[in-house]
Amino acid sequence: MKLVIPSIHYLAILPVLIFFGASLVLVLASALARGKVPLWVATSTIVTAGAASIVVNVVQWRCVARAGASTTIAHAIVLDDFSVVASGVIALSVIMTALVAHDWAVRERVSGVEFHILALASSAGALLMTQANDLIVIFLGLEILSIGLYVLVAFDRRRATSSEAALKYFLLGGFASAIFIYGAALLYGASGSTNLTSISYFLGSNVVLHPGLLYAGGALLLVGFAFKVAAVPFHLWSPDVYEGAPTPVTGLMASIVKIGAFAALLRVIISALGTQLDTWRPILFVLIVLTTVVGASLALVQRNVKRMLAYSSINHAGFILLGVWAGTVRGSSATLFYVITYAPIVVATFAIVTLIGGVGDEHHSVEHYQGLARRQPWLGGALAILLLSQLGAPLTTGFYAKYTVLASVVDGGGGALALIALVSAAIAAFFYLRWTLALYSDDRLDGARVVVPKWTGAVIAFGVALTVVFGIWPGPVATLAQHATFLFTP
Amino acid sequence: MHSSTWLTLLIVVPLVGALGAALVQKTPGRAYVVALVTSVVEMVLAIVVAVLYNHHVPHAQTFDFATRHVLSVPFGLAYDVALDGISLLMVVLTALTVLLALLGARDRRQEPAFVAWLLLLTSFTMGSFLAHDLLLFFIFFELTLVPCYFLISQWGATQRAKAALKFFIYTFTGSAFLLIGILYLGFAHQHQLPTTALTFSYGALSGTAMAHGTQVWLFIAFAIAFAVKAPIWPLHTWSPISYAEAPTAGSIELSALLAKLGSYGLLRFAVGLFPLALPTMRPLLLTLAAIGILYGSMLACKTPDLKRFVAYSSLAQMGFITLGVMSGSQIATVGAVLLMFNHGVITIGFFLIIGFIEQRRGSILIKDFTGLQGPAPILAALFTVVMLASIGLPGLNGFVSEYLILIGTFATHAWWAVVATFGVVAAAVYLLWAYQRVFHGKAEGPNAELADATPKEQWVLVPIVLLIIVLGVFPKPVLDRITPSVQQLIEHVEPGGLNK
Repeated sequence: MKLVIPSIHYLAILPVLIFFGASLVLVLASALARGKVPLWVATSTIVTAGAASIVVNVVQWRCVARAGASTTIAHAIVLDDFSVVASGVIALSVIMTALVAHDWAVRERVSGVEFHILALASSAGALLMTQANDLIVIFLGLEILSIGLYVLVAFDRRRATSSEAALKYFLLGGFASAIFIYGAALLYGASGSTNLTSISYFLGSNVVLHPGLLYAGGALLLVGFAFKVAAVPFHLWSPDVYEGAPTPVTGLMASIVKIGAFAALLRVIISALGTQLDTWRPILFVLIVLTTVVGASLALVQRNVKRMLAYSSINHAGFILLGVWAGTVRGSSATLFYVITYAPIVVATFAIVTLIGGVGDEHHSVEHYQGLARRQPWLGGALAILLLSQLGAPLTTGFYAKYTVLASVVDGGGGALALIALVSAAIAAFFYLRWTLALYSDDRLDGARVVVPKWTGAVIAFGVALTVVFGIWPGPVATLAQHATFLFTP
Repeated sequence: MHSSTWLTLLIVVPLVGALGAALVQKTPGRAYVVALVTSVVEMVLAIVVAVLYNHHVPHAQTFDFATRHVLSVPFGLAYDVALDGISLLMVVLTALTVLLALLGARDRRQEPAFVAWLLLLTSFTMGSFLAHDLLLFFIFFELTLVPCYFLISQWGATQRAKAALKFFIYTFTGSAFLLIGILYLGFAHQHQLPTTALTFSYGALSGTAMAHGTQVWLFIAFAIAFAVKAPIWPLHTWSPISYAEAPTAGSIELSALLAKLGSYGLLRFAVGLFPLALPTMRPLLLTLAAIGILYGSMLACKTPDLKRFVAYSSLAQMGFITLGVMSGSQIATVGAVLLMFNHGVITIGFFLIIGFIEQRRGSILIKDFTGLQGPAPILAALFTVVMLASIGLPGLNGFVSEYLILIGTFATHAWWAVVATFGVVAAAVYLLWAYQRVFHGKAEGPNAELADATPKEQWVLVPIVLLIIVLGVFPKPVLDRITPSVQQLIEHVEPGGLNK
């Protein structure tokens, strides 16, 4: 048997290569350098890699505009506007996280570049997921993303909760991966291929007489994804992991995992299994109702803000799933709009949580936020805006994110589902407001001021600016998200 | 047709004022001056618009100053404003409310932030009344929650946190139904004409053909949101605590102005867009309105403090407005629109006077007062005027609007009008009884030393008293501006005519 090496379109996989390359550079540097690699070198490596990746994304965008979407490496990798937009925002989130983590590492006296190597490798996995056109490649991306994160979660060795969270994440994540790959195997059995385009073609041109294998495969894939995006009832790991992980890592998880997983989920459900959408809809319906309502309700009883944000992100995951449920072009672009606007907000929110956490990363009770906006109007005001954005108040991107997924669901005939989700947003509003109220309370006016390091400050300002500017003027992002899904949906 | 710049200015001027107030916050008192100047400019703009308004614009259904700019095609988002006789009155009320709230209910705690929130609230309310696009309306409608929330939670009384949360969650949940309804309507319209882009323009959507059942469901979704805001019984339970805990300026904005967003929305959007649903929904809403009138009057008799007292009397008054809006009679609808304005004026008066008393005594509990008439005759006299207007004494503004509502409703839905008429009697009972308890009798202790209204306080109430009297004896210029728009709306929803 002769091994044929498929042709490779390097431009398509350049962002992934850049991130892996940067990570390898850091590995080599730390092995070869005498003494330790300075922190600023590691941070600037990530920032440079992210910036380079964004530049490549621009070139890719032009290439797609000129030559159309294309696949490469035996159709396992796809280059289209959807992947370009999603990877651009992943790179952006990684840059933001790196800057926050820089100040965090200085404060916590973390030396060494392991953190940065792992963050780069994980992000490369997320990037791969946005471009994957094959179940195996999705699995690869998922694993690369997750393995890095397992270690990152355990990074704070002084806190037992950190290791505990990592173990929990690792065990449940391992199960999820196993379930996912089993689903992929069953789907291969049902359709004869792991390639998403081939699966879609097969299902479009054949009637499956005994769809048991197909249904089981699809359901298992869905469960795998549900684990990764923390949809109820597969969410149990998420509050513990969010709480235990070092706060900048939590921000990274909340942003890039969501983008990567939802990008891959959309491709599987919409491109590959699009013809079977009516089969998945009832399952998604239940998943969404549980995720939005349980996420919002359980957030109410939390006192720890990181756990609160974990449940809030579960609630958001439910909203993002709404776009998948719709299964239309509008739904896909709504999902994309949601994740790309949510990611910078959540990174900026966790940047503030990192600051308030203080040395040792332990001040995460709502009480620690009391009077913050009175003492430091800019910092407190920024957090208030970010929370209002997550709540979905108008003049922030959070409003349009909710608006557009709801629009896609109502368009697809799911008025009741949209209403349930929106009522859960009202429940969620309760705890965002309670937190905001703490910010402006009169108590503890004498509390200590929090020092805002310049890079973290810049990230927070950037996140707030994004949410307000595009909250007032959502046109460009809406057009971008719409444009990115034209070539994608079959 | 006049330039839409006037309307844009009405929305933008308070925003600029809020920004200005935030910029000069370092100098004490400067922010207040900026806010005051802004609200005077706003009032002047509102009067200019009121004078310029012309309802004879061809093909515009009595709308003037209209413009439409699409901001995002995929979202169906557009900047679309227009003004007709109904919104005109609300615009004037919005400008009047903020001006008098600033003048009469100054709050010196963190003043720059306070006035900035008030001005933002004015801008957003203005936007809601001017929006001629459902999505834009919703955005402004929802935005009003944020300043209100901060005004109540930062400057309110002891239970302010609870009140603010209750207010926000109630209204936010109500709006959920509205948003889904708006989206459904937008897509129903788009699916009928698949070539068109998604639009939420009021003009386009009002022509959407829909089955009776669909219209009923959409009407319910819209009505829930507006019934919470108005408030209409039984969705009013947030209002007494919010009115009572809010700072005086906040109570004024909530009851005089934001409540009108509810009744305005009910008339313009729920009634205006879903005419087929009206025969089905009318008995229900008329009944709720009648219950609201009686229930509000009853609780107003029993309530222990003055702000809750106004809250319950407002519930009764909003019942009258709802009655008029839902009656299907042109006369009653004109009366309802007029009562929205009149009730605003009267409530501003009530809350200002209560605010003055609260400032002097630090209490709003009715049992703490007695015989205030003796030490404070001018205050008592001003309260009397406002109270008599609220009772509906002929010659004062409350009479005109209530009278129009009752005769109009009697012609179309006699039994509900009969029940509502008891509300007029009940209003006399609870208002006069409250007056008796607070102002009559012999003043003792701190009550005897209560200072009378200062000249500045008297001047603040002059516009209120003037409006009460002028609109009572000569409402014609106002009625002339409302009538064509209401006529247009009633003809659209009742082509055969319930009119008698």
